[in-house]
Amino acid sequence: MKRRLLREVRSVSNEVMSVLKRDYIYNLMLKGKRTDGRSFDQVRDSEVKTNVIDKAEGSAWVKLGETEVLVGVKLQAGSPFPDSKGEGVIITSLELNPIASPDFEAGPPRENAIEMARVTDRGVRESGAIDLSKLCITEGEEVWIVFIDIHVLNNAGNIQDASSMGAIAALLTTTIPAERAGKGEDTPLPVKDMPLSVTVINIGGSLMVDPGLDEETVCDTKITVISNQDGSISGMQKSGDGALTDEQLLKAVEMACEKAAQLREVHLSNIRD
Amino acid sequence: MNDKPEKFIDENGLRLDGRQIDEIRPMTIKIGVLSRADGSCYMEWGNNKILVAVYGPRELHPRRLQKSDSALIRYRYNMAAFSVEDRIRPGPSRRSTEISKVSREAFEPVVMTNLYPSAVIDVFAEVLQADAGTRTAAINAASIALADAGIPMKSLVAACAVGKVDGKLVLDLNKPEDNYGQADLPIAMTQDGEITLLQMDGNLTQEEFKQALEMCKKGCLQILEMQKEALKGKFGEDAAIEVPEDIDEEIDIEVMVECDIGESEDEDLEEADVSGESGEDEDSEDTEAEEEDHEVIEEEFVDLVEEETADEEEITEGSEIREQ
Repeated sequence: MKRRLLREVRSVSNEVMSVLKRDYIYNLMLKGKRTDGRSFDQVRDSEVKTNVIDKAEGSAWVKLGETEVLVGVKLQAGSPFPDSKGEGVIITSLELNPIASPDFEAGPPRENAIEMARVTDRGVRESGAIDLSKLCITEGEEVWIVFIDIHVLNNAGNIQDASSMGAIAALLTTTIPAERAGKGEDTPLPVKDMPLSVTVINIGGSLMVDPGLDEETVCDTKITVISNQDGSISGMQKSGDGALTDEQLLKAVEMACEKAAQLREVHLSNIRD
Repeated sequence: MNDKPEKFIDENGLRLDGRQIDEIRPMTIKIGVLSRADGSCYMEWGNNKILVAVYGPRELHPRRLQKSDSALIRYRYNMAAFSVEDRIRPGPSRRSTEISKVSREAFEPVVMTNLYPSAVIDVFAEVLQADAGTRTAAINAASIALADAGIPMKSLVAACAVGKVDGKLVLDLNKPEDNYGQADLPIAMTQDGEITLLQMDGNLTQEEFKQALEMCKKGCLQILEMQKEALKGKFGEDAAIEVPEDIDEEIDIEVMVECDIGESEDEDLEEADVSGESGEDEDSEDTEAEEEDHEVIEEEFVDLVEEETADEEEITEGSEIREQ
């Protein structure tokens, strides 16, 4: 009984906070400012380290602002799907571990985690970043299954973009462990593209890129755009309780593609050198 | 297994099923098909068969989920195990969880949840037969079911998808186009063209995306028209009840609040069957935007809401389930 009361008190106080925060962020927005002093189209400082886990076939640690994500890639030989017998398989999972935020609870992934995992997966899959036809060992019997596991370590907002960056960075460092499995020589994973997601939020009609935690909590609408090296789009997802107009959407897409190109240049283009 | 057609669009510019590139599949709508639900809609769109029920506003349990200032919307997209070629495992999957989430968010901007604090509005969308475009079909049907339940909304929501096959944009993908197409872009929007759901996978340039958005908009407008027609078909007589034209919105809302809160909804613990998930969805629609009906739609919709709240009997409306 006591415990329940405590919980209610806590949840009420959170709501009050979020109303205050909402006003604060909204008023700042009207002055063209953001809580951390960034401009609307400025991404937080980011950092990518690759090959951080020796046991994984590929790995990357990404820090986007204070958000930290660790992505590990493992490969296993397994059976292909019956409708794509000659192609490898990609499986992406994302866990919002309780270590990352007081709001996260242990247990199976819920809709937010599932959504982010699927959006990240969509980017990697639909861009054709991994050449799945080269992951076939014996057609119809055995192919490489690529497991992309995203471990969220600290949630300071925009886990989505950190995950996407971590996933492709980790894939770029991945080696197919053929020797260990007795299937010939180790080779680098065939990666053909570098899809990157950039999330834009709408607060009171203004679009801001790379939301921090408070901005993300307070915003009505998020739009995530995954773009490729050639500037084409391979995935998109609107998320959140609000709506977007055409103009906002097109502007967000433009913004996201531009930012993705910059981030790709800074963090990804030199990984394979 | 690989039955990918060589060409999706023939030399006459027609698609595999004979449609134009900007033509939607035929849609049939039945309203009030479930007697226990507060609102329901059965929709066939191409070969998709979708049944949507709305329960509520009703009391929300467990109580800790209640929101003190608004109603909670729950949306459950569920596929029957037999709805697709290869049986799918019943129960929620990652795919259906995601679709449920984005579909719920497609309705958040329009449903006036602030009128029903602490309550819940449950939307159950069952895909009985799937043939590309189930999520958009479910949204189109849910929109009607919500109206049928008399739940105040700022607009109906219409959804359809644009895809790319043979390098060309097409509206309302059919199954082969969905399976083998190069892109798939489901969108839901309100009558004002506000986008409430957007997903995309595949590959589009920014320019193509712009065109696709335009195309989708026309499709959605057409669907909106059909939704309105269907609602008028059912509520047409009631519509004859005169509503003073100069009624102002504030007053309307108060009236609604009184009516709706006054009656406690029956709560049927309905647990829809569990099913798995499946393939794909998209939808689409066709062209001809009739711009002029924007305003008309608005007015009519307001009328509908008024009517529904005016006579409460509709709330437990419903006729035979199976006409199909």
